Order: sequence, then C-alpha cells, then structure tokens
Amino acid sequence: MAVISLLVLVVGPVYTPLSSSSPPMTRKDLLDIESLSREEIELLLDQAGPFKDLFTRSVKKVPALKGKSVLTLFYEPSTRTLSSFEVAAKRLSADVTNFDVPHSSVVKGETIKDTIDTLQSMRTDYIIVRNKMPGLPQMIARETKACVINAGDGAHAHPTQALLDGFTLREVFPELMGKKILIVGDILHSRVARSTSTLMRKLGVEVAWLGPGSLVPKHGPKDIKRFTNYDEALRWAPDCVYLLRVQMERQAVQYFPSLREYTKLYGVTDERFKQLEAQGTYIMHPGPVNRGVELCDAVMEYNRCLINQQVENGIATRMAALYWLKPNQQK
Amino acid sequence: MSKRLTESDIAQAVSQMVNQILERNASKEFVLVGIRSRGDEVAERIRSALETAGMNVPMGVLDISLYRDDLAHLKDNPKLQGSNISFTVDGAHIILVDDVLFTGRTVRAAIDALTDYGRPTKVELAVLIDRGHRELPFAPDYVGVDLQTQRMDYIDVKLQGSDGEDSVVVIENKV
Repeated sequence: MAVISLLVLVVGPVYTPLSSSSPPMTRKDLLDIESLSREEIELLLDQAGPFKDLFTRSVKKVPALKGKSVLTLFYEPSTRTLSSFEVAAKRLSADVTNFDVPHSSVVKGETIKDTIDTLQSMRTDYIIVRNKMPGLPQMIARETKACVINAGDGAHAHPTQALLDGFTLREVFPELMGKKILIVGDILHSRVARSTSTLMRKLGVEVAWLGPGSLVPKHGPKDIKRFTNYDEALRWAPDCVYLLRVQMERQAVQYFPSLREYTKLYGVTDERFKQLEAQGTYIMHPGPVNRGVELCDAVMEYNRCLINQQVENGIATRMAALYWLKPNQQK
Repeated sequence: MSKRLTESDIAQAVSQMVNQILERNASKEFVLVGIRSRGDEVAERIRSALETAGMNVPMGVLDISLYRDDLAHLKDNPKLQGSNISFTVDGAHIILVDDVLFTGRTVRAAIDALTDYGRPTKVELAVLIDRGHRELPFAPDYVGVDLQTQRMDYIDVKLQGSDGEDSVVVIENKV
C-alpha cells in the first residue's frame, strides 16, 4: 500500500487532474480520524513534510490560501492548538479571525443554531472549531459551505493532534508498521487518546493503553492491549510512550484519588525515566505538560523526548490539512 | 494527424539547449533550477551534459504548487512534493528549466517561489518545448524545440524518469 501511494505521489503530473479511478483525495471537512482512509492519512503526512521544509526559509509564508478567510471558533480554552492553527493559516497567507467566544454573543445567550447562521453569513472559507460538545463540528459542517476542521470536540475527536502525532512518530520511524505505542493516562475522557489510537492503528502501529482501571475503557477495539500496571506495560517494550495530560481544570469531578497517587502509579518518575532511557523509548505528550505530574523534569531534557517536535510538526500538519480541504462546489 | 517527437528528437532538443547555454555562459557562474514535475528531469539532463563538457553546475528543484494562481478553481489541489534548493539564491544567476512553455503561468509562479528564497541577480528561462499561446509576458532564453500548436491542443510529454520512456505527442483539441 505504502509503495503504491508513494508511486502515485512521484508520478502524478502537476497539471493533470486525478483520474476517476483514484480514491477521493479531497474532502470538505476534517472531523475525525475514523472516516479517513489509510491512503488519505498517508497523503496528509507526506504533504506535511514539504510544509515543514518551508520553516527554515527566511520567508516562511506561501500564497496558497491568499484571499481565503479562516475563522477560529474556540469554546474551550486553548493556547497551543489555537495559535498553531493561526500560525498555519497565516503561513498559507489566509486571513484569520478569532471568534472570541467568552466575549461573544454566546454569553449573551445566542443559540448554536444562530451562531451557525451568523458564521454562514460571514462567508468564511474555513472554520476551525473546538467545543466540549461532541458532534458540534459535524453539525456546523453540515450547515455551512465552509470547510470545517474539528480542533477537539469533548471526548470525541482531535484529528489534527492525531495527524501531528503520526507525522512526529514517522520522522523517527520511517516504517511505522509493527512499531508499538503505549498511551498513558485517562484514556476514557481523552479525545487525543481516541484519535491518536485510531490513526496509529490505521498506520499499522500496535497500540496499548495504560491507566487506572476505571479510566481505561474495556469496550473498543480488541487488538488494543490494556494495562493497569506500569511495569507490566514496560515489559511489552513500547517504542514510544505517549503521556496524556492530566486535566487539572477538569478536576471538579475526580476520577482518581489524588495527583500524588496518579504520579506514583502512572507518571514518568525519575526511576521510570531511567528505565525508559535505558530501553531507548521515545516520549510524546500533547502539551501543555504538568511537570511533576505526568513526567519529571529530566524528561524534558531527554534527547528522545519529542514534545517540542510535536509543536513544530503541528503547524506543518495543520497547513497540510488546510491545503487539502476543498469547499463543496455543488452546494 | 498528430505531431510527435521521438527519443532522439528529445535528445537533440536537450543538446540544443546545452549548446545555447554554453555559448552564452561558458565563463560565468550559474545554477539550474528545474520545475517539478519533468522540468527537474530536463534540468538534470542539462546538468549532466554540462558536467561532461567540464562544467559543474549546482542544481535545485522547485515545486510551484503552492504558488499557482488557479488553486481556488481546482477540484483537487496538486500533490505537494516539495522544493529542494540547497544553494544561496541571493545574488545567484539562475536558469529556470521546464519541459513545456505554454501560457507562462508556471513561470510566473516559479519566479514568485524563487524570490521567497532570496534575491537572484538574474533569472533566465530554458524550455525543452515552446508551444506558444502565452498569456503572460514571458519569453524563453533557451529553447530546445519550437512546436506549432493550437490553443486547445494537449502536449503529452513523457520522460524516462517519470514515465519510463521519452516521447512527446501533440493531441489535437483535447477536451
């Protein structure tokens, strides 16, 4: 499969449209990973590379989306994802408007339906939405002509995070097939765990989950290994350990007794770090990290810690996603 | 009836370009930049012929996809393969190389892309085939072969590296 898609990439002439026999290589929206084929994921990851190459030029901007408008609609606090999308859109020469939700009509009682109508009237070309309500991006995508990117909807999906994770892991392992990734933390409430697990499995990576028994879902794909014990999980010999963020701001409902206990059982403590370092395991984290909770300070200095690469790759991957989506022409 | 170029016609066209380039730049420093896709292969053939003639010329590859003026009108965006320019563009004398010169829109995009890498002192244009019908004010400096075509004709260029054979066919009135 990989060989075939690579061939298509190399051979494909620039000015010739795709033949009707090839799979649909363009979509209007990017809402989740489940609906993407492996070929589509690989196309996005392949194209993120050339975008990343632009970052070393003195002019980092390209005119691909000149004259297009991108609206960010974040109902949940986020600095990284929001600015990552903003940088990505600006490097493609799009005009970016942040719909500042806490100060907008939402607090004045405007319903989501009315907000969508407002967005539609603004004739924006791309809408990037984050909301705690799963399915809201789908709803906006249905109701507007704009291309919609889901930047996180509740515990459902965070597709661009998964894509950047896949791109980052592929940079260190060009052949992902058969590699192992261990995702650690509150799997049950994590859209990152869901999207990244799905993407990794589609790329042939073996996935395992580790966390408190109550937070590691028993339902879901059978081929995902479930661990509740760290030592056992490390004996599985993962190539990469992916730490989920402990969501301090969502601690109103406590899913585990205390942070200290979480760190003791599931954090990368100094002791566990030595073990991971000895095994040469890569470490990833979607950020922002809670030092002393998910990981100890030493991890951040580790040469196989990929957290900073994830940030840079996030911009390249989001540029690839924006470049790939196309508005529905018949609508 | 359709016009064709054979493998030896193409080889002759390349050596024609090489001779023109040598004639005017024998003692000058310059670099070659091939435009993806197929312009890079033409550039590589020129580079290798110049090497045989005792001239070592650096070569880069330019992907102009992100600089096209018709992206908003395309159903699918062209697949990005990336550029590879490893020399300093500032102050360089650059010969842009492409397979076919038609409307001139690719050249416009290529010049925009190049200037995002730096400020060349001079940019020239070398094309394997000039088929006419310019929509922008560009003229080539080095031409392998001139082909008389109609505006609606389609020039099907195949080169060894990307298509496994060397051939050019003018398909009339391709819809």
